[in-house]
Amino acid sequence: MFLQQLINGIALGSTYALIALGYTMVYGIIALINFAHGEIFMVGAFVGLLMVGVFKLNIFLAMACAMIFCMVLGVVIEFIAYRPLRKSSRLSALISAIGVSTFLSSLALMVFGANAKGFPDQAFHSRQIHIGDADISTLQVLIIGVSAFLMIGLEFIVQKTKIGKAMRATSEDYSTAALMGVNVNFVISFTFALGSALAAAGGVLVGMLFNAVSFNMGLMAGLKAFAAAVLGGIGSIPGAMLGGLLLGVTEVFGVAIGYSSYRDAIAFAILVLVLLVRPTGLLGRKILKKV
Amino acid sequence: MLHGFVSSIDPYFLQILVNIGIGITLALGLNIITGLTGQLSLGHAAFMSVGAFTGALLTLKTGSPFYLTLLLSGLFTAAVAALIGWPILRLTGDYLAICTLGFAEIVKVVFLNLEITNKALGLTVPTPQTALPMPIIVLIVAILMIIASTFIQNSRFGRALKAIRDDEIAAESMGISIARYKVQAFAVSAFMAGVGGCLYAHFLGYINPSDFGFLKSVDMLSMIVLGGLGSIPGAVFGASVLSAAPEVLRFMSQYRMLVYGALMVFLMVFRPNGLLGGINVTDLVLRKLGIKPRGALRGQEGKH
Repeated sequence: MFLQQLINGIALGSTYALIALGYTMVYGIIALINFAHGEIFMVGAFVGLLMVGVFKLNIFLAMACAMIFCMVLGVVIEFIAYRPLRKSSRLSALISAIGVSTFLSSLALMVFGANAKGFPDQAFHSRQIHIGDADISTLQVLIIGVSAFLMIGLEFIVQKTKIGKAMRATSEDYSTAALMGVNVNFVISFTFALGSALAAAGGVLVGMLFNAVSFNMGLMAGLKAFAAAVLGGIGSIPGAMLGGLLLGVTEVFGVAIGYSSYRDAIAFAILVLVLLVRPTGLLGRKILKKV
Repeated sequence: MLHGFVSSIDPYFLQILVNIGIGITLALGLNIITGLTGQLSLGHAAFMSVGAFTGALLTLKTGSPFYLTLLLSGLFTAAVAALIGWPILRLTGDYLAICTLGFAEIVKVVFLNLEITNKALGLTVPTPQTALPMPIIVLIVAILMIIASTFIQNSRFGRALKAIRDDEIAAESMGISIARYKVQAFAVSAFMAGVGGCLYAHFLGYINPSDFGFLKSVDMLSMIVLGGLGSIPGAVFGASVLSAAPEVLRFMSQYRMLVYGALMVFLMVFRPNGLLGGINVTDLVLRKLGIKPRGALRGQEGKH
C-alpha cells in the first residue's frame, strides 16, 4: 500500500516538477511569475492529443511535436507580452501574463469546446506490473522515466553547455552578464523555449495520466506547480524538482488517508507551513538586502 | 421615493452600476495593501469570501439588521486577516504573494467542505429589507470607501505605509514598526474586501465558495494595476472599466474573454503604469475648472 501510493505520488509529482521548472527558470532570470505557464502546459496537452488523435502519431513523436510547438509559443509570448515590459514595474508584467493566460484559455475553449477530451486507447497500451503488493502501471513508469530523462537533459544543458553558462550568468546578475557580452535577449528567449517545452511534455503526460485534456486544466496545475517552485525555493532548479515531488507525494498520501475533498488544499497548506519555517523555500538562497 | 427611482432604472444597467460599486470597494481595499504598502496579495478573494459568508450567515441565522451585518462582516474579516497576517506578513515579495494565494485556495476548499457554508451547494441569501434600496447602499458604501481611502492615504498611517513600500529598511530605521503597520494595513484592506463581499452576497442573492477563486483575486489586482497602482482615482477608474467590460463586450459573445485577455496585454504594453498612472487627476480636474491647484508649483519644483 505504501509503495503503491509512493509510486502514484512520484508519478504525479514529477509532472508538477516539469511544470515548476519552467516557472523557476523564468523567475530566476527575469524575476517574473509567468502566469501564462499553466496555459502553455494546457496547449501542450492539446497539441499532443491532436497529434495522437488526428495524425495517428506515436506518443513520443506527439510529445516531441507538442514540445516544439510550445517552444515557439513560449518565445512568441515573451516577445509580445513581456519584452516590452522588461523595464516597467513587475506588477505590470504580471498583469500582462494574466492577460495572456486568459487569452489562451478562452482560445482553447473556443477551439476545442468545454468538454474534457481523453487520449484514444491505442495511444499507449498500459499494463500493470506487480512489485510486491503494489500495482504499478507502465504509464506511471513512462511518466517517471520521461520526466527523469527531461530533467537530466535540462541539468546537462544548464551545467555543461555554453548557453547554460550564459543562463546561469544572466540569472546571477542581468546587467553584468550583458556587459560581459552575453546576449541576454537570446538567453531569455532560450529560457522561455526550454521551460515551455518541459511544460508541454508535462501536459501530454498529465493528459494521459488522468485521461482528460480540457481548456481549464492549466489553472490549477499551474498554481500547484508554482507552489512547488516556491516550496523548493524559487529560482532554484533542484528546488523545483524537489518541491514538485514533495507536493505530489503529500497530495497522494493526503487523499489516501481520507482527505480527498481537501485535495487541492493539501499542496497549499504544505506550502504555507514550509514558508513559515523557511521563508525562502527549501533550497532557496537567503535574500540579503544591502542598504 | 428612492425605491421608485431605482426601480425605474433599467435593471440590466443597474446591475452593471452595482457591480462597479462593489468593484470600487474591493479595488480600494486591495489598493491599501498592494498599492500603498507594496505587499502583493494574490488571495484577496478569500477575504471577500469570508465577508460574503459571514454576512450571509448573519442574515440567515440571526436576522440582524443589514447595516450591522455589513459592519460585522467587515470587522470579522479584518480580524481573520490580522490573525493570519501576523505570521505570513514576515515573508517578502513573491513569497508573500504565493502564501496569500495558498491561503485563498485553502479558504475556498475549507468552505467547500464545511457544513455551515452548505458545502458546494452554496448559500441563498434573502434580499435585506432596508429603508434604502440596495443599489443606493452600494453607492453610499463605495463613496464612503473613497473618502476613507483618501483620508488613510494622507494620514500619518498612510505615510508610514508609503515609506514601507518605498524602502523597508529606511522606514524601519526611521522608527516605523514594519510588522505592526503591515498587519494593520492588511486588516484595513481585508475590512473593505469583507464589506464588498457582504454587499456582493446580498445583492446577488446567491454565493458559492467556488466564486471566490484565484480568478476573482486576479480581477481585483487587474483593476488596481490597470487603473494605476497606488492611486485612488486609478483604482476607481480601473474598477469601473473592468466591472463594466465583460458586459460591454457581451456583443462579441464567445470572443469576449479572448478580447478581454488581449486588451489586458496591450494596455500593459502601451501604458505600463496603468491608464491613470503618473496623472494627478485632482490637479487635472481643478485646472480644467480654472482653479490653480494647491501645491502645483511645489510639484513642478520637485521635478527639476
